Amino acid sequence: MNTNIAVDARNIGKVYGNGPSAVAALGDVSISIEQGEFFTLLGPSGCGKTTLLRCIAGFETPTSGTIFLSGQDITHTPPNQRPVNTVFQSYALFPHLNVAQNVGFGLKMLGRPAAEVAKAVDRVLSLVKLQEFADRLPQQLSGGQQQRVALARALAPEPQVLLLDEPLSALDLKLRKEMQSELKRLQTETGITFIFVTHDQEEALTMSNRIGVMSQGALLQVGTPHEIYEHPVNRFVADFIGETNFLDGQVDGGRVRIGTGDMLDVQLSGQTGDVTLAIRPEQIQLGTADAGLTAKITEATYMGTDTHYTVSLSDGSKIVARVQSNSVGAFKVGDTVGIGIDTKAVQVLKT
Amino acid sequence: MSIAGGQRSKGANGWLLSAPALVLLVFAASGPLLIVALYSVLEKGDYSGVRWILSGDGWFRVLFERDIFDQTVSLADANLSIFWRSVKLSISTTVITFVLGLPTAWFIATRPAKSRAFWLFLITIPFWTNLLIRTFAIMEVVRNEGILNTALISAGLISDPIQIMYTDTAVLIGMTYVYLPLMVLPLYAAIDRFDFRLIEAGYDLYASRWQVLRGVILPIIKPGIIAGSILVFIPSLGAYVTPRLLGGGKNMMIGNFIELQFGQGQNWPLGAALSTVLLLIVLVSLVVYTRVSSRDNPHG
Repeated sequence: MNTNIAVDARNIGKVYGNGPSAVAALGDVSISIEQGEFFTLLGPSGCGKTTLLRCIAGFETPTSGTIFLSGQDITHTPPNQRPVNTVFQSYALFPHLNVAQNVGFGLKMLGRPAAEVAKAVDRVLSLVKLQEFADRLPQQLSGGQQQRVALARALAPEPQVLLLDEPLSALDLKLRKEMQSELKRLQTETGITFIFVTHDQEEALTMSNRIGVMSQGALLQVGTPHEIYEHPVNRFVADFIGETNFLDGQVDGGRVRIGTGDMLDVQLSGQTGDVTLAIRPEQIQLGTADAGLTAKITEATYMGTDTHYTVSLSDGSKIVARVQSNSVGAFKVGDTVGIGIDTKAVQVLKT
Repeated sequence: MSIAGGQRSKGANGWLLSAPALVLLVFAASGPLLIVALYSVLEKGDYSGVRWILSGDGWFRVLFERDIFDQTVSLADANLSIFWRSVKLSISTTVITFVLGLPTAWFIATRPAKSRAFWLFLITIPFWTNLLIRTFAIMEVVRNEGILNTALISAGLISDPIQIMYTDTAVLIGMTYVYLPLMVLPLYAAIDRFDFRLIEAGYDLYASRWQVLRGVILPIIKPGIIAGSILVFIPSLGAYVTPRLLGGGKNMMIGNFIELQFGQGQNWPLGAALSTVLLLIVLVSLVVYTRVSSRDNPHG
């Protein structure tokens, strides 16, 4: 067994209720998270990512499967005996305790001497830059500060794994960006394995070492942000991560014929029959309408550095192209343009 | 300027608006108390009532008694034991209602929102029934030929009935039954506002069940505990009907002792002094209790 594996979840299933009303939240999910990794579970709400996190934290017991923490079976270990701490979505700070008492709670419960607790609290509070707030009550702090207290509280006992359940969702955009880099910095400084749950694909792409994309209780793809973005395994992943155009087609003699009848010279890896092409908006160039694929511009949205053009192909299918605003002369709605597709970057998905 | 003047004149006459409340407070609340205080320092009348002569006899007899033959003064042990029993029974009632009321309130607060009203309704039903009738019902349960003893005997657990009637235990059972809702309702209100996610946070941070209860739940619902304890303790201390019926003539509490002075005892000044003492015990208890319970948490 690989000793660098922090969390190894094998064939985790979770069913709520029983009989005909039973709801499967997780169906046979297996995942290995390495020591010191920033791992993100990404998916829409209700995909099972929080259930998986709660199984690792110990708040839920999986209906089937086994969870190992550093090689030890913790499937049925109660949460207060797992060296794992959670940053809750709602922060769940103790309202009757001040910041220092909140942060020291875990160590105190572990029976550490008061002097050691005080030292650790000082250290962690300086890590999140909240030293001067040690005597405040949680309700006297702003949302961002409460968030950092929650983080400090979970980091203080130096857990093997830190679980973060959509911790940034309650913050406004500016604060969220700040906290993203803050989290990344804390993770690098402490070397603790982070398992981060979010439905925000941008957050996942910018922060993670690896991402696990989930949908309907299943883990669809695990990979680095680059792998997930550039090589999505299926239409759901491609659609969920960033913007993607989908074109249906058939494999024909090593090339793909799309709805307009045009042949695209994409890279196939043994696919045959019906396929879906996933094309990122930035992989499409617009030019003068001469030979090849042509389309009519139906919508142009100026976004600053980029302009997004929605174009309609001759078979009626619509695709979005993202063009740098100053790279070409602006096209107008109604113009007929030539479409260039960076065929090497196109992903061919099974339909 | 005219606006400022208008505000000033409003301010000057504003106290008139509170006049009805003022009258009520002075005459309906303070007035009777002052009469009680006044009677306690007058001389006892021949049969009942008072003579309008200042006398410390009422207060003297709260704690002391004078031998009718040789006039020697000694502590009134009987009175002290009544005080002691009242305080002891009231504290016991408060503790027992808390121990029973906390899980009850927790149970109700964790039911689905729809069925909570039903459970609260069950808790409040006893309020709709006359206290006397409820006390007679308790008598029917605890008396020697009552439900409890009959059941225990027929189950073969005991051969002779347990004497519960006319003991402090009977009074305690009765008062616990009567005052339990007064504990459950404020506890329920506090638990209802409690954020249950804090329990998970506690477990996550290595707290045991007991530590979560002591370190997270109890401190946060403390306002409910204080309110419930005060609501139970005060009426327990002045209880009259329950100790009278369930405790019999011998096991008096302060309330019965006071009544005795105005009735058979025909010693109004002593009764008035005892009433004042009862009031003082309540006040001192409240001050001590709130001081102690807020000591460990300056923000509580």
